[in-house]
Amino acid sequence: MACNGTGCKSNCYKDEEAGVAEVASCTQSAERTKSGAAEANPISDTLCIKCKVNEAISGYGGIDDGRFCADCFRNNLFGKFRFSVTSNAMITPTDKVLVAFSGGPSSRVALQFVHDMQHRALKNFDASRDRSLPVFGVGVVFIDESSVSPIPSNELEKAVKDISSIVASLAPPTKELHVVPIEAVYSSESSDRRDKLIKLVNAVSDSTGKEDILLYLRMLALQKVASEFGYNRLVLGSCISRIARHVISATVKGQGYSLPADVQYVDARWDIPVVLPLRDCFAQEINMLCRLDGLKTLALSTSPHSGINSLVSSFVQLLQEENPSRESTIVRTAGKLIPFHFNRIPEIVDGKVPLATQRRQKRYSLKSNESVSSESFCYLCNSPLDKSETVDLSNLENCRSSDIFGASCCSSCRFQILPRDTTSLEQFYTLLPHFLVARSKQVNNRNLSLLREQIQDCLLSDSEDET
Amino acid sequence: MDETGAKPKRSGARLCCTCNQRRAALKRPKTLEQICRECFYDVFEEEIHQVIVTNQLFKPGERVALGASGGKDSTVLAYVLSKLNKKHNYGLDLFLLSVDEGITGYRDDSLETVKRNEIQYGLPLKIISYKDLYGWTMDEIVKVIGLKNNCTFCGVFRRQALDRGAAFLKVDKLVTGHNADDIAETVLLNILRGDIARLSRCTSITTGEDGPIPRCKPFKYTYEKEIVMYAYFKRLDYFSTECIYSPNAYRGFAREFIKDLERIRPRAILDIIKSGENFRISTTTKMPEQGTCERCGYISSQKWCKACVLLEGLNRGLPKLGIGKGRISVNDSEDRNGSDRGKSIASKQCGTLDF
Ligand SMILES: [Zn+2]
Ligand SMILES: [Zn+2]
Ligand SMILES: [Zn+2]
Ligand SMILES: [Zn+2]
Ligand SMILES: [Zn+2]
Repeated sequence: MACNGTGCKSNCYKDEEAGVAEVASCTQSAERTKSGAAEANPISDTLCIKCKVNEAISGYGGIDDGRFCADCFRNNLFGKFRFSVTSNAMITPTDKVLVAFSGGPSSRVALQFVHDMQHRALKNFDASRDRSLPVFGVGVVFIDESSVSPIPSNELEKAVKDISSIVASLAPPTKELHVVPIEAVYSSESSDRRDKLIKLVNAVSDSTGKEDILLYLRMLALQKVASEFGYNRLVLGSCISRIARHVISATVKGQGYSLPADVQYVDARWDIPVVLPLRDCFAQEINMLCRLDGLKTLALSTSPHSGINSLVSSFVQLLQEENPSRESTIVRTAGKLIPFHFNRIPEIVDGKVPLATQRRQKRYSLKSNESVSSESFCYLCNSPLDKSETVDLSNLENCRSSDIFGASCCSSCRFQILPRDTTSLEQFYTLLPHFLVARSKQVNNRNLSLLREQIQDCLLSDSEDET
Repeated sequence: MDETGAKPKRSGARLCCTCNQRRAALKRPKTLEQICRECFYDVFEEEIHQVIVTNQLFKPGERVALGASGGKDSTVLAYVLSKLNKKHNYGLDLFLLSVDEGITGYRDDSLETVKRNEIQYGLPLKIISYKDLYGWTMDEIVKVIGLKNNCTFCGVFRRQALDRGAAFLKVDKLVTGHNADDIAETVLLNILRGDIARLSRCTSITTGEDGPIPRCKPFKYTYEKEIVMYAYFKRLDYFSTECIYSPNAYRGFAREFIKDLERIRPRAILDIIKSGENFRISTTTKMPEQGTCERCGYISSQKWCKACVLLEGLNRGLPKLGIGKGRISVNDSEDRNGSDRGKSIASKQCGTLDF
């Protein structure tokens, strides 16, 4: 570097003596360290620091690895789940929640914990005399992506059978299972929806873009199922490890502005609010619980990841191996970015907010005035757009709907997903689910609707508008 | 667009895609366009000129010091900036400012390069030495503390030395050769370390405007690979040997990651910088209040500045004073070098990315 650099192009190794773990980063662990006599117990390395009775187990990674016995580990993990549910008002007694289950460990644990919670609520309900508190409802959805992934049909059949038996085993209360193909994002009458989806995905030439558009479509499919069957919450199993990867890949894709929208406990920019109750759990903890409790998971063969997402994944893995608190530090950094107004359960108005939630919102200054409202969203990935990214639609003289669509997408989608030339873009546009095309209705910004009025005559009539 | 990389093309008599006249000589790292040398020089210089103009980095008549190490970044910066200054009549008085850490067999050689640059580009050179400023050379420091923590000294002392040299030259600004790769790396490092305050300002093209001498980075959007390419084709005279006190050519996880990203998507470097610029960070997230060191008057958030603490340790025969966290920490809340551990995630340990 000019001033310096070559001086010590440095590459000198770090001070290795300082090789101690960083201060615990998530709130709970910080609290735990404070309350539990954690460090003050040098008697045995193998005794659980919580109960001080059972032998500690290890291998679940993260900052707590090797500190708890199996029981305390389980309680601790469930405690983290419960804390995020209650402090964010994710689930209330009158709710009907839909758990997105992929078959993988994270969503398996999310499903298990939601069930445990529901089961307890049911016991309380049965025990109570007046039966005043209803028990929230739970459904499960599995999105079948075989149309765009190389899953052999027999493997899929078996997976669906396994999933059915997993869900059936989680009763009472009984949970409805929805197995839905990802092409359900198209309106039901279109018979060629599978072909349409394949064409759409193949129209994306960038390999990372291909992976990402599938993510967006999966969310659309989940939203569609949730709203069709009357659910009012969508539960995802995203854990620290997954969110940390998202933080880095969003940064690498230039989505720094919208990033805070994706890493909060609640994301209510969708019709059905999305909640992330495992936001404070490490992937290794989740895997450990699956092993300990014999929770059945399934790994469907998927196409190997390539491009940016897989690079990010191995980078974060490397960092996590180097420092077991790295992933949570990454998530904590992103958590300090200012969230959006929709990063909270919408129907909660001041005064009705549960006390625990109030406390948390106070602590994390999640006040609505801090979370600046955003004007518009990318039509494709639904990420809030920075002012610099919102295009003045009045400049689009030719008024082609595909051009308007393209101009209303974020720069990241424009780069890695949308075709460059007008003809291909037009073709791409005709392949999009109407659900997506009609997203513009979510844009409630006055300026934009004024602009829309000016170009209304050039917009396609959304006769197939599904929502 | 295609991340798997373009197929190797037979570049027989392929024409430059910019001028369509000369033979394409290179694939431009930033865009992968195949262009000729002359068009590369033009676009390389023009982009830097545009950055200078749109960000209003300089005002006519200003005195500007270039931090010159003799390495590729600062050598190319000196060359390009003096060229643009003449071509576009910036009206700047340019100076070369070098720091002599006192590293035999390394800095003395690289300073020879800077001295040649002084003549080649006709820019006055000021060398400021650790020995004069602090009474110690790096060679002497290493003799006392060994190879382990020398980068802490290196970084802290150099930063202050540059400011003192700039004050001596009575310049209005100090420019450094930090390039786009450096800034992208810093954005990632601040995310990995949870340093939201530094994250909020690390993409600023000008920093320290409230301090005595603002620093700016005209290479903010310039790719390292293009700087190397420019130096190579122009046959610029620069010094490329690694510091003898940083024996491992270890790049750091973050830098390697950025190089991997660049390979499949060159635009990723700019995208990281863009993310860094657009992060929604509360304006109440501030750096610690800056005061002045009671001992030497240098800007410091603590009673004594970091250099004075380190120096005190050296002079009292307690060289570990002020190094690392949680040890004899006198006031090292700002220490960046002791805050990580094990194999490093950063490519440059001596705080050179902390602008
Ligand atoms: Zn225990
Ligand atoms: Zn988008
Ligand atoms: Zn040319
Ligand atoms: Zn160094
Ligand atoms: Zn001082």
